[in-house]
Amino acid sequence: MYTFSSKLRTGAFVLMILGLLAWGYGFISAPTTVEEAKAMVVDAHHGDNHGEEAAHATASHDAHAAEDHSAHDEHLLHQLQNKPWAALYVAAFFFMMIALGVLAFYAIQRAAQAGWSPLLFRVMEGITAYLLPGAAIVFVILVLSGMHLNHLFIWMDSEVVAHDELIQGKTGFLNVPFFLIRALIYIAGWVAYRHFSRKFSIAQDTAEDDSYFKKNFRISAGFLVFFLVSESMMSWDWIMSVDPHWFSTLFGWYVFASMFVSGITVIALITIYLKSKGYLEQVNDSHLHDLAKFMFAISIFWTYLWFSQFMLIWYSNIPEEVTYFVTRLEDYKLPFLGMLVMNFVFPLLVLMNSDYKRVNWFVVMAGIVILLGHYIDIYVMIMPATVGDQWYIGIAEIGAVLFFLGLFIYVVFTALTKAPLTPKRNPFIEESKHFHY
Amino acid sequence: MSNKVVQALYNDDDVLLSAVKKVRAAHHHIEEIYTPFPVHGLDKAMGLAPTRIAIASFLYGCLGLTVAITMLNFIMIEDWPQDIGGKPSFSFLENLPAFVPVIFELTVFFAAHLMVITFYLRSKLWPFKEAENPDVRTTDDHFLMEVSLHGNEDELTALLNETGAVEVKISEKH
Repeated sequence: MYTFSSKLRTGAFVLMILGLLAWGYGFISAPTTVEEAKAMVVDAHHGDNHGEEAAHATASHDAHAAEDHSAHDEHLLHQLQNKPWAALYVAAFFFMMIALGVLAFYAIQRAAQAGWSPLLFRVMEGITAYLLPGAAIVFVILVLSGMHLNHLFIWMDSEVVAHDELIQGKTGFLNVPFFLIRALIYIAGWVAYRHFSRKFSIAQDTAEDDSYFKKNFRISAGFLVFFLVSESMMSWDWIMSVDPHWFSTLFGWYVFASMFVSGITVIALITIYLKSKGYLEQVNDSHLHDLAKFMFAISIFWTYLWFSQFMLIWYSNIPEEVTYFVTRLEDYKLPFLGMLVMNFVFPLLVLMNSDYKRVNWFVVMAGIVILLGHYIDIYVMIMPATVGDQWYIGIAEIGAVLFFLGLFIYVVFTALTKAPLTPKRNPFIEESKHFHY
Repeated sequence: MSNKVVQALYNDDDVLLSAVKKVRAAHHHIEEIYTPFPVHGLDKAMGLAPTRIAIASFLYGCLGLTVAITMLNFIMIEDWPQDIGGKPSFSFLENLPAFVPVIFELTVFFAAHLMVITFYLRSKLWPFKEAENPDVRTTDDHFLMEVSLHGNEDELTALLNETGAVEVKISEKH
């Protein structure tokens, strides 16, 4: 049995409190009026724009320009007000998607009857314990958006929709009640599978036969079918719909690749941590090698999808699609291209060598870079539509990440204490214990 | 002294593996082992050095990458930068996404083909090569261990018989 060390528990609470305070500060310091928003932007530019703005104001005195100007200011205010919300949403989604990615990996291992991974099942089950609280928090944020407490999803703003025929055409799908019902269905499906799979997994420990194992196999196969559909729709709903004018067919796969590689990375990191603490004695460096191989391969898979999406749109350059990447390349050049280095070039070079995949600190280093890279990946998906060029990774963003990191650690390691870390009576457990590559 | 080798035949790969360990423990030099299929762990038991073909392949891939980039940069950007359908041919980076499929394929092409050719060269394989098979049964269902003979012939034969060999014969080194 694993015991949650008090040091780690305290660390998790410190992260949560610090994160919450930092995020709260970001939330409070967001502007409430247009004047405040303008002042913030002027401050941020160190007064460089003063002369320019004054010249602009005197040059265009007609009513039309003034109207434009106020519309621009209103837009700026919304972007700045969105900043703490978007920071919270990105971090909440990022940690939820790790748990979901692990759940998908876990279901695949069960459905494929993999012989190497049963030793790691309890680690995976521990991580997926975060799915329920994590998805519930994302759902609450979606409900708050639906109650117009923020402007993350502009299609929820009836005034925007009234002047926007493109969104009007999509209201059959993009309307708040249906949106929330769909979200509930996805979450219920995932959490139900997680609940029963965990239950059967623990019941198998004391069972007389393999019937729980077989049940788990069946529900895993069923879940994978549900997952692929729900994950795809979830990515349209929760991420793509922040840009309601834009659409991409492989977006669901792209988001999936991101959550899958992050999930596998977290499995590797937590396995290394537990092994270093003396739990998981039977996990050997071949298990680690397999996880690192998955990190390597799925990083490349993610890049393949990223590039396929980018290149097809760049090549054909159809205005209604290409704006998505134009805003990212203009306002987000460093994170947009930097994440390619972190998610592709770095793992490609670090994890290519078979010997390095067995070295703990190599895998940890690559894993941290991959996780940071995929946080930026989600960041670049959400931010351009919600805060536009007003982005920076400041107190609110870091605070939100720290809060969810603390919560994640607390929930996951609490769940790990609930069951023995080595499953008993799993038909493949002996093979897994002697796994050698 | 003539160049003699002892050839021991086995009909099971597990017996072969334990025989390899015994023969090595007795400090006899194993010249060669002939098997009908890959025996997992045989190279480790024999103490063979790990292959470096993956490193060679990585370097060939780097070569392919360089060839592709140089070629595309010269043809599309430097030599004749035409406007083809509005794609920006002003610099290599501006038009990079269009080149990536070619760069990728050439990298894989070089890495794969040159590695295979390296493998053929290093293992001395070519179409009209004469087969070096000491016993035809080794391509079907027998395993053959060839141990060089220095000193006591009977002692080595006894040792090999002890390891479970179904047949031990002494032959002149080819």
